Amino acid sequence: MLHRLFHKERSQRISRAQGQVRPDPGRCVQCGICSFNCPVEIDVRRHAWQGEPVIHSRCLTCGECVARCPRAALAFERTNLFAEKEA
Amino acid sequence: MTHYVLLGTGVAAITAAEAIRAHDSGGELTLVGDDPFGYYSRPGLAYYLIGELGEEMLYPYRKEDFLKLKMRFYRACATRIFPAEKQVELDNGTRLPYDKLLIATGAQAVPLNIPGSDLKGVYKLDHLADARALLADAKHGRTALVIGGGITALELAEGLAARGVRVHYILRGERYWPAVLDELESGVIESLLAQEGISLYHKCEIAEILEKNGKVNGARLVDGRTLKADLLAYAIGIAPRIELAREPGLTCERGILVNEFMQTSQPDIYAAGDVAQVFDPASGKYLLDSLWNPAREQGRTAGLNMAGPATAYIKPAAFNVTRLAGLTTTIIGAVGSGQDPDLLGIARGDSETWRQVPDVIVAQGGFEVNRLRLMVGEKHILGAVIMGDQKLSRALQNLVTQKIDITSIRAQLLAPHAPIADILAQFWSITQSLNH
Repeated sequence: MLHRLFHKERSQRISRAQGQVRPDPGRCVQCGICSFNCPVEIDVRRHAWQGEPVIHSRCLTCGECVARCPRAALAFERTNLFAEKEA
Repeated sequence: MTHYVLLGTGVAAITAAEAIRAHDSGGELTLVGDDPFGYYSRPGLAYYLIGELGEEMLYPYRKEDFLKLKMRFYRACATRIFPAEKQVELDNGTRLPYDKLLIATGAQAVPLNIPGSDLKGVYKLDHLADARALLADAKHGRTALVIGGGITALELAEGLAARGVRVHYILRGERYWPAVLDELESGVIESLLAQEGISLYHKCEIAEILEKNGKVNGARLVDGRTLKADLLAYAIGIAPRIELAREPGLTCERGILVNEFMQTSQPDIYAAGDVAQVFDPASGKYLLDSLWNPAREQGRTAGLNMAGPATAYIKPAAFNVTRLAGLTTTIIGAVGSGQDPDLLGIARGDSETWRQVPDVIVAQGGFEVNRLRLMVGEKHILGAVIMGDQKLSRALQNLVTQKIDITSIRAQLLAPHAPIADILAQFWSITQSLNH
C-alpha cells in the first residue's frame, strides 16, 4: 500500500519534471485563467491559441495552469527528453 | 486589391481576419463591431462573474496582435447591406464598399417575455457590459432570482452566489439539464449548488416580476407563491442576430444559411459563428452550433475561403466542456440522458477504483466528486460524460470521435461492477503504444 503511494507520487513527479504542458485548443475558450495564475507570468493562453506546448525556459511545470483551467484544456505530456535517465 | 469587410468582433471574425491575412497580406481589411469592449472571451465572462479573473484578463489579443492584422476598425453597427452595390451601411452614415463580406454578428439572449421584464434590475449575460452591470448590482446580502435551465443560467447563479448574493434558482423542469445529464448527474450538480447556498425551485415558472419604485422587488410564481428579490438574471436561450441578413434577402432559417464553404445565398457574402446555420453534408441539414470552438473553426474556414484556397468546414463530433457547480464536465458524442433504450449506459462514481488510473496521465484531478458515464454501442463508445477528474477525458474524446473499435474490451466494460476507468485507461495506453 505504502509502496503504491510512493510509486504514484514518484510517477507523477517524473511526468511533471520530464513533461511539458500541452494545450488542447478544442477545449480552450481563451478566458485567460491559465495566464492569470502562472507564477512566472508565462502567457499560457497564447500557447493554447496557437496549439503549441508550453516550451518556455521559465516554466516550472508547477501545474498551476493545469489545475486551474476550468475546461481541462491543459495537461502534462511526457517529452521523453530524459528517457535514458529513467531506465 | 481585395477589400474584406468583417462584421463582428467575436472569435469568428478574429480568426477570419487571421486566416485572411495569412493568405493576403496586401488586401484591405476592415472590422466593424458595436460591442464597446471589442474582442474578449465571452465564455470567460462566467469566470469574471465568479471572481476568478479580473476584467483585464478577458482580452486575449494585445495591441500588437491587432497591428499585425493591419485592420481598419469601425466601432459601429452595420445597419444595411446592399449586395448589388457591394456596400455596407453603418449607423454613423458611412458606406463601406466590399469585395468579400463576412457576417459574424453572433447571437443574443432571447428576451424574457413576462410582465415586468423591462424593470430595472433585470439582467442577461450577452456582453461584458451586462456582466459589469450585474456585478455592480450584486451586492453582498442581496437576493437574486435566476431563470434558465442551461449552462449560462447556472453560471449566473454561481457567479451571484460567489458574490454573497442569496440565489433562488428557478427551473421549469424536474431537475437540472435533463436533456444531457442523467438523474444522478443532475442530483450531483444540484447538491453541490445547495452547498454553495443556492436554493433550487423545480417545476416552477415566474408569472410576473414584482416592482417597487420601478425596480425588481420579487416575483410571483405560476403556482401563486411570491419570492422577494432585489434583482433577476435570466438565460433562457439565444437567437442568432440575423436581421441584417434578412433584409437584403439572404436565405435564413433560425440562422443565416451557409454552405460548407461558409457562403450565404449571395455571392461574396459569408457568415460564421453563432449567426450561421451551417450545411452538414453528413446529415443533409443546416445546423446551428452556438459554441466558442465551432465559431473559431467556422471563422477560420470563412477567412480561408474569402482569401485563400477553397476549404470545407467539417462539423466536429458533438463535444462540449464546461464547469458545472465547480466540476469540470466533458460531454462527448451521443450521451442521451440515461433514457435511450438503444444505448447501453454504464456509469461509475467515486467509490470505484478511480484512483488506480495510471499516474502517467497527469491532468486535472482532486475533485470532490468524480463520475464517468459511457454510452456503449456494438463496436464503439458512442458518448461519454466525464465529471470531475479529467484523466480519461482526452482518451475518451479520441475513442468516441475517431470511432475506435472497442470490441476487445466491450464485455469487460459491461460486466457488473467492472472498473471501467481502469479498463479504458489500459486499453487507451495499448492503443497509443500500437500507434507509435
